[in-house]
Amino acid sequence: MSLVITKELIAQHNLTDDEFKKIVEILGREPNLTELGMFSVMWSEHCSYKSSRVHLKKLPTTGPRVIQGPGENAGVVDIGDGLCVVFKMESHNHPSFIEPYQGAATGVGGILRDVFTMGARPIALLDSLRFGGLDTAKNRHIVKGVVAGIAGYGNCMGVPTVGGEVVFNDIYSLNPLVNAFCLGIAQKDKIFLGTAAGVGNPVIYFGSKTGRDGIHGATMASDSFDDQSEKKRPTVQVGDPFQEKLLLEACLELMAGDLLVGIQDMGAAGLTSSSCEMASRAGNGIDLDLTHVPRREPGMTPYELMLSESQERMLMVAKAGKEEECIRICKKWDLDVAVVGKVTGSGILRVLDQGKVVAEIPAKSLADDGPRYERPFSPPGYQDMLTNLNYDALPDVKDANAALLALLESPTIASKRWVYEQYDHMVRTNTMVRPGSDAAVVRIKGTNKAVAMTVDCNSRYCLLNPYEGARLAVAEAARNLACSGAEPIGLTDCLNFGNPERPDIMWQFVMAIEGMKDACEHFKIPIVSGNVSFYNETNGLSIYPTPMLGMVGLIESADKTMTQWFREDGDDIILLGATREDLGGSEYLKVQHSREQGSPPYLNLETEQAVQSCVLQLIRSGLVQSAHDCSDGGFAVALAECCMSGPDQTHGAVVRLTPGRQRIDSMLFGESQSRILVSAKPAQRQAILDQAQQMGVPAGVVGAVGGASLVIYVGDERSTTKTIDLPVATIADRWGFSLERRLSQE
Amino acid sequence: MNVGVIVFPGSNCDHDCRHVFQDVLGQSVQMIWHKETSLTGIDAVILPGGFSYGDYLRTGAIARFSPVMRAVKAFAKDGGAVIGICNGFQILLEAGLLPGAMLRNKSLHFICKDVYVKVENAATAFTEACESGQVLKIPVAHADGNYYTDPVTLAAMQANAQIVLRYCTPEGKVTPEANPNGSLDNIAGIINPEGNVLGMMPHPERCAEDILGNKDGKLIFLSLLKAMKVKV
Repeated sequence: MSLVITKELIAQHNLTDDEFKKIVEILGREPNLTELGMFSVMWSEHCSYKSSRVHLKKLPTTGPRVIQGPGENAGVVDIGDGLCVVFKMESHNHPSFIEPYQGAATGVGGILRDVFTMGARPIALLDSLRFGGLDTAKNRHIVKGVVAGIAGYGNCMGVPTVGGEVVFNDIYSLNPLVNAFCLGIAQKDKIFLGTAAGVGNPVIYFGSKTGRDGIHGATMASDSFDDQSEKKRPTVQVGDPFQEKLLLEACLELMAGDLLVGIQDMGAAGLTSSSCEMASRAGNGIDLDLTHVPRREPGMTPYELMLSESQERMLMVAKAGKEEECIRICKKWDLDVAVVGKVTGSGILRVLDQGKVVAEIPAKSLADDGPRYERPFSPPGYQDMLTNLNYDALPDVKDANAALLALLESPTIASKRWVYEQYDHMVRTNTMVRPGSDAAVVRIKGTNKAVAMTVDCNSRYCLLNPYEGARLAVAEAARNLACSGAEPIGLTDCLNFGNPERPDIMWQFVMAIEGMKDACEHFKIPIVSGNVSFYNETNGLSIYPTPMLGMVGLIESADKTMTQWFREDGDDIILLGATREDLGGSEYLKVQHSREQGSPPYLNLETEQAVQSCVLQLIRSGLVQSAHDCSDGGFAVALAECCMSGPDQTHGAVVRLTPGRQRIDSMLFGESQSRILVSAKPAQRQAILDQAQQMGVPAGVVGAVGGASLVIYVGDERSTTKTIDLPVATIADRWGFSLERRLSQE
Repeated sequence: MNVGVIVFPGSNCDHDCRHVFQDVLGQSVQMIWHKETSLTGIDAVILPGGFSYGDYLRTGAIARFSPVMRAVKAFAKDGGAVIGICNGFQILLEAGLLPGAMLRNKSLHFICKDVYVKVENAATAFTEACESGQVLKIPVAHADGNYYTDPVTLAAMQANAQIVLRYCTPEGKVTPEANPNGSLDNIAGIINPEGNVLGMMPHPERCAEDILGNKDGKLIFLSLLKAMKVKV
């Protein structure tokens, strides 16, 4: 059957006229429908990075510990002892809006496969989520669905979800973000890559059967939404975590033997992407015979088979002669398995069905020769309006108690206990620091080491200044690791933006890349993997630029792991770093004054580095009892968190701040960077202050742990006004149960 | 002691149980694939937590048909010590080795957090290293831990001191507020009338080491070793 490729058909496949012309040039003829479909998914923004690639190249990706940088299924970083960590973060935004449970669940499934396909056993998951405000039933439905989906998949897999972050802002109402991060551990010399090397080697399909779900998922994820988006539900895949658990165990068993040449999961663009990418990386071709592909239903066309995004499927290239052993292991785990092709030297991905050639495309053209765009970029006209804020018109805080309570209750700052208690965060018995501290920490069995992980991005900062916002995100992630006692060793990113065809969005993207680049180069943190999600836009309204970062740190000696909460009454509270008047872009301005304006906080990378080195040094020498960075909600919120976030008991604190000429609200709630609150036994006071001075870090004792209330005096030592005076039981209740209360509204 | 950890498709606490017995307690551990039919040479059997068969149909409902379960039943009948943790407990219920059934948690959510349990019977092979009435902090992680049985069976279990662990407050009070899942009579763990089969929802293997900040769970395993006269 031959079908005329019409203009409509090309447009339906989201290909431009120029892109179609290029396809004809490559093939030397018009493509058939199957080939058109294959090009459309591989050249989609989601798979080809056509708008982002020229900019992504600027990012630092190398370093002494880097074993594998971007371009593979996940990044690989050496942690010594013959071991490495394998990690990546990926978005599943579009599907999660259309079908929250399955969208989020399959997001987790996809990132897990990316990691175990490299030969690593996944040992930790984190999730970074963005939702609209909780005052609408629709948004509450999305939150509940996404959290249940992440729980449903991760829990069943037996991979702990150890941390993450959740931010609420109405800008995400129609474009929620679901970014899933996974980290695995592997032997350094047992890393598997997605390569189809060795002409004649068999290509083996295993995992679930192929069905009609998720066809054009990648194309859907490369388009903006409108009011009709929910009709795209059939493009969302359905996850089966039990099947994936079997797939995981089967993969690790296959990899333990000397059986495989290469392996890749079938993620976006399914059989098409896995086959052409593996062939292209090896400079080879693959003959793929669809006749043998296990299917869920009869009558599937080659087009559907090549584009299906059915989950829990893998493609491996085995060593010739090892087919039987591979098949035996897959069958042990009750998986479908079939030899579906072989590696050829032709460089061509040739697809056959019932003896007939149904597609024939150079693998490299599909995988790597997609279009590259240098899209125009320029700042939006409203940028100045965003940053110019007349602070004189905003009255200073009158009732600081009420302001603090309002901040602690705001969903972005409130405890995420309702979320993480639905995630199994302890399975695998490695979790040393559970969700709710600056970073999650898991020990590495068989060594003295531990790995700390955090996901961070303040997208309001990025809106106000994408360059600064991205720098601030890198700094905060590194600071969170430092507060846990870890040194950063690598970064993965998940860059969520609007429509790149709009110059203002492209400007946000380019600026954010520049900011990440500068900060990562300064801190010498390599970016080893990542993902770009454009078109997070509905009816022309784009999300805030959200370059999400997942940063991994190493703790050489696990017993030097630190947490954020106060431990003992009578301890000194010491502030490292200086407080400036940094109200711009703060959570306080949003909650108290309904403004998301101003310039984001000032960041000096040298100062930041000094503060981080200082806290690391203090933790390693055992001088401090807790360390917590000041971020959303500023000093007062950080202090409150130190008081009430501990797992076993709460503590009070009495603190004095001396304002000088500064506004009181900026002292309490401003989000000045490079500040860390530590607590320590009074006997260590001098040693800590000396250490800080030596490293050029401003430090001062601001108060002491103790009592049943959080008390903050603002003024010199004679002043007796308690600017903040709240029982810890009250703040713990407001902060601890806010999310639950908001979500339980009908 | 030679501990057999049964591995069903979907088990995911099997490695954790191996780690505790092997690396923390220095015992030998054998991983037993669910298709095996013999438990020769095994001194105690652990049914680990997880999602056997994806929890499809009903938790534990499919796993009970695995070939190895016939051997586990025979092993238990001969007086062999069997511990089912979380999903392992659910499988023991479905297999009829312990009475009762599991319902969905009252909250309908999966719950993962530390809870407190009171040792109601310290004269069992699984609790003899504890004091009677001792409060242990052990995490739970489940969606179906809401234990239920009929009033007659419950009365018999109470009379036989088969209820070994009850959810309680940190101070040891058995209250509705301390019950994380709606479980009948705050039941967290039970034994069979013969006392050689234990099912418990909390995960003792998750709190048996200093580095994880809590060693209360180790007492369950130390009890077993003590009962088996194994020196640690």
